[in-house]
Amino acid sequence: MTLVLSEDQQLLKDSAKGFCQQNSPVSVLRRLRDSKDETGFDQDLWKQMIELGWAGMAVPEAYGGFDFGFGGLGVVLEETGRTLVSSPLISTVLIAATAIRELASDAQKQELLPKLVAGELLFALALDEQTTHSPHKISTMAKKTDRGYSISGAKTFVLDGHVADKLIVVARTSGERDDEKGISLFLLDADAEGVSITRTLMVDSRNSANMQFSQVRVSEDALLGELDNGFPGLDKVLDVARIGIAAEMLGSMQAVFESILAYLKQREQFGVLIGSFQGLQHRAAEMYSEIELCKSAVRAALSGLDDADKTQAEIAELASIAKAKLSEVFFLVSNEGIQMHGGVGMTDEFDVGFFIKRARVAQQFLGDAVFHRDRYATLNGF
Amino acid sequence: MQSLKDFQEDTRAWLEENCPQSMRTAMVQEEIVWGGRNAEFANPDSKLWLQRMAEKGWTCPTWPTEYGGGGLDKEQAIILSEELARINARSALSSFGISMLGPVLLEYGNQQQKMEHIPKIVRGEIRWCQGYSEPSSGSDLASLGTKAELQGDYYLINGSKVWTSYADKADWIFCLVRTDNEVPKHSGISFILFDMASEGISTKPIQLISGSSPFCETFFDDVKVPASNLVGRLNEGWTIAKRLLQHERTMISGFGLAAGQSDRGGTTSTVASLEGAAKHYRGDSAKLSDPVLRDQIARFKIDSEAFAFTSRRSVEESKQGQGPNATSSMLKNYGCELNKRRYELMLQAIGSQGLGWEGEGFSDEELQLTREWLRSKANSIEGGTSEVQLNVIAKRVLGLPDILSLAKK
Ligand SMILES: Cc1cc2nc3c(=O)[nH]c(=O)nc-3n(C[C@H](O)[C@H](O)[C@H](O)COP(=O)(O)OP(=O)(O)OC[C@H]3O[C@@H](n4cnc5c(N)ncnc54)[C@H](O)[C@@H]3O)c2cc1C
Repeated sequence: MTLVLSEDQQLLKDSAKGFCQQNSPVSVLRRLRDSKDETGFDQDLWKQMIELGWAGMAVPEAYGGFDFGFGGLGVVLEETGRTLVSSPLISTVLIAATAIRELASDAQKQELLPKLVAGELLFALALDEQTTHSPHKISTMAKKTDRGYSISGAKTFVLDGHVADKLIVVARTSGERDDEKGISLFLLDADAEGVSITRTLMVDSRNSANMQFSQVRVSEDALLGELDNGFPGLDKVLDVARIGIAAEMLGSMQAVFESILAYLKQREQFGVLIGSFQGLQHRAAEMYSEIELCKSAVRAALSGLDDADKTQAEIAELASIAKAKLSEVFFLVSNEGIQMHGGVGMTDEFDVGFFIKRARVAQQFLGDAVFHRDRYATLNGF
Repeated sequence: MQSLKDFQEDTRAWLEENCPQSMRTAMVQEEIVWGGRNAEFANPDSKLWLQRMAEKGWTCPTWPTEYGGGGLDKEQAIILSEELARINARSALSSFGISMLGPVLLEYGNQQQKMEHIPKIVRGEIRWCQGYSEPSSGSDLASLGTKAELQGDYYLINGSKVWTSYADKADWIFCLVRTDNEVPKHSGISFILFDMASEGISTKPIQLISGSSPFCETFFDDVKVPASNLVGRLNEGWTIAKRLLQHERTMISGFGLAAGQSDRGGTTSTVASLEGAAKHYRGDSAKLSDPVLRDQIARFKIDSEAFAFTSRRSVEESKQGQGPNATSSMLKNYGCELNKRRYELMLQAIGSQGLGWEGEGFSDEELQLTREWLRSKANSIEGGTSEVQLNVIAKRVLGLPDILSLAKK
């Protein structure tokens, strides 16, 4: 395991950075928000990302991917985080491609992955039912019928739910609401009968949806992974997603911090640059230190994902370290981002507001700092 | 050249054969080996372990072999430290010579100085102390006033130092002295070495809040020091002084690493890990019953892990032979704050048994813990205070305007 980027990863990072800054600066997200865009992301931009091969980054070559590893996807996510790119990269590539890769049958992989890599299908993971992430608290039911399953229940905070072609639905096939046992995953078409989807406009201007399933009928082969025993696989997919989100948050917090530093070196009050005030210097120095720890936590987690010797428990620990730490520090940096810019920071015209809005959503998504500290403690037996 | 794989195998085999069993246990305070003319070996195995390691130069693995060092490159040194950690081997020798003076002497010393001092540091024959701080010059170190005047072929030194750790036990001192009063404060400082047995030196131990007396007031009264003991050029000692501080800070940041490490377990002691201690003293079995403490411990441990990754990344990122840079201030500050946090959490975890001072009713380990907690408070003062580290980061790493450039010189 190494904590520095390989030459290839560095090249990829540089080109991703150039791409995002040129084609999708924060002004793109602003435009999507202001125009109340139907899809909530820029279709042309997504096409270009597909052409760059970003959707196949962590997909094996046998299924049309490029096998560049999670380290590669991680640096791309970091750069998209810098400019707050809104795209299906997280829902479809980071989460769904991983879920299919980890859980699907070979036939399902053959059918879905090449289309995913080619940008022909968008996916969403319908998981959460509570207002805070609790992945095993599932009451959506999938009842066995003579020809398959019938799914009923409700989901919330489904990322890209209103644009997805396919849904991965986490449902209960046995057991009680809080049991890990008895959870199964199903793959269904978003336009299947009985599915109703309501777009929710979130504070970060990205796409989410609430969903209702009423007696949605699916066939046997809609099952993704093992019956009743879907949780361990789901958790593994979630860990990949948590690490990817942490990488994205790393990019975002660095963008805020760079903006802070630039302002400290440019804004004058009392006849001097405000960056000469020690009250601000020390806070900047502390943020810098925390961001350095964040970088290390993300790098360690990403290289853990690409290390075949790592056990699932070790990955889980790395994921919780990264998500807990990044959630905490992005909270800090996004708050200081407003404070250190003074009144300017409060204006909609200035970009930093977009980052604090993204921060709160990203912090909560797939478990906030408290969730992951609790999980870390449990993993470590205390 | 030998492949890294072979190096690893050879190293493992050598350690297997040469590291005494009792050196593969957690270090205890009284058995730390500092070396020096009057070196003490509370455990005879320590002496053997030091001799064997010194013979290979592995007390200073990356220093050149011509001065007795191990001559290892960065990758090999990482392997050696991993192999040492694997068998839980104790450090064979701890000294300011290794962590502070040696590296700058290799960088700034002349051939004769290196030949004279480096091998003795590697073998632990001479114990060094650091003469930087003075009563009126702490954070503002460059304002120091201890005077050195050239008189023919020697310098005459007058003045006093304070907080000089182990001055009463050290054989030699590396010392900052003022050699020019007429120029801005940073430009009149020189870096000089001398024997603590020289005439005119006296030391007076100062007691710490933890009860021990590791540091002293140090007085110089017409001390004669050969002019050839000046390191680098006259009046250019501040550059060397700052460089040494980077090494010192990197060393101190290791306290934070150690805090995380000891917390990953390895010993059977009840206070080896925070969660182990909390469970033991509170009678919890599987899960800690106090959710607030549990959350704080998890937070501490997550920060320790991220910090350990960061220290490792800084080693991986540094170029061969380049040594530490201004980020050492970040590591120092973070590591020290972590170590302090760990002790506070430990006290919180074990309650009144962690507050004993001496005598009946407490185990030795508990009493030591109280003292260590108090000692940890110095971490954010020694080697430059936390506030000073934050100043360095702001100025040197982040490039913010220097608040002190307006202060009176
Ligand atoms: C256990 C221990 C061992 C030591 N060993 C040695 C040794 O071996 N050799 C040696 O030379 N020295 C040694 N020291 C001394 C140490 O380096 C000094 O104590 C330290 O640099 C602080 O100086 P001071 O004590 O004079 O505090 P001061 O400089 O007076 O600081 C007082 C307070 O003011 C703050 N402050 C000062 N300047 C600024 C600023 N510009 N911005 C913001 N805040 C500021 C400080 O952070 C601190 O909180 C040791 C100290 C300790 C505690």
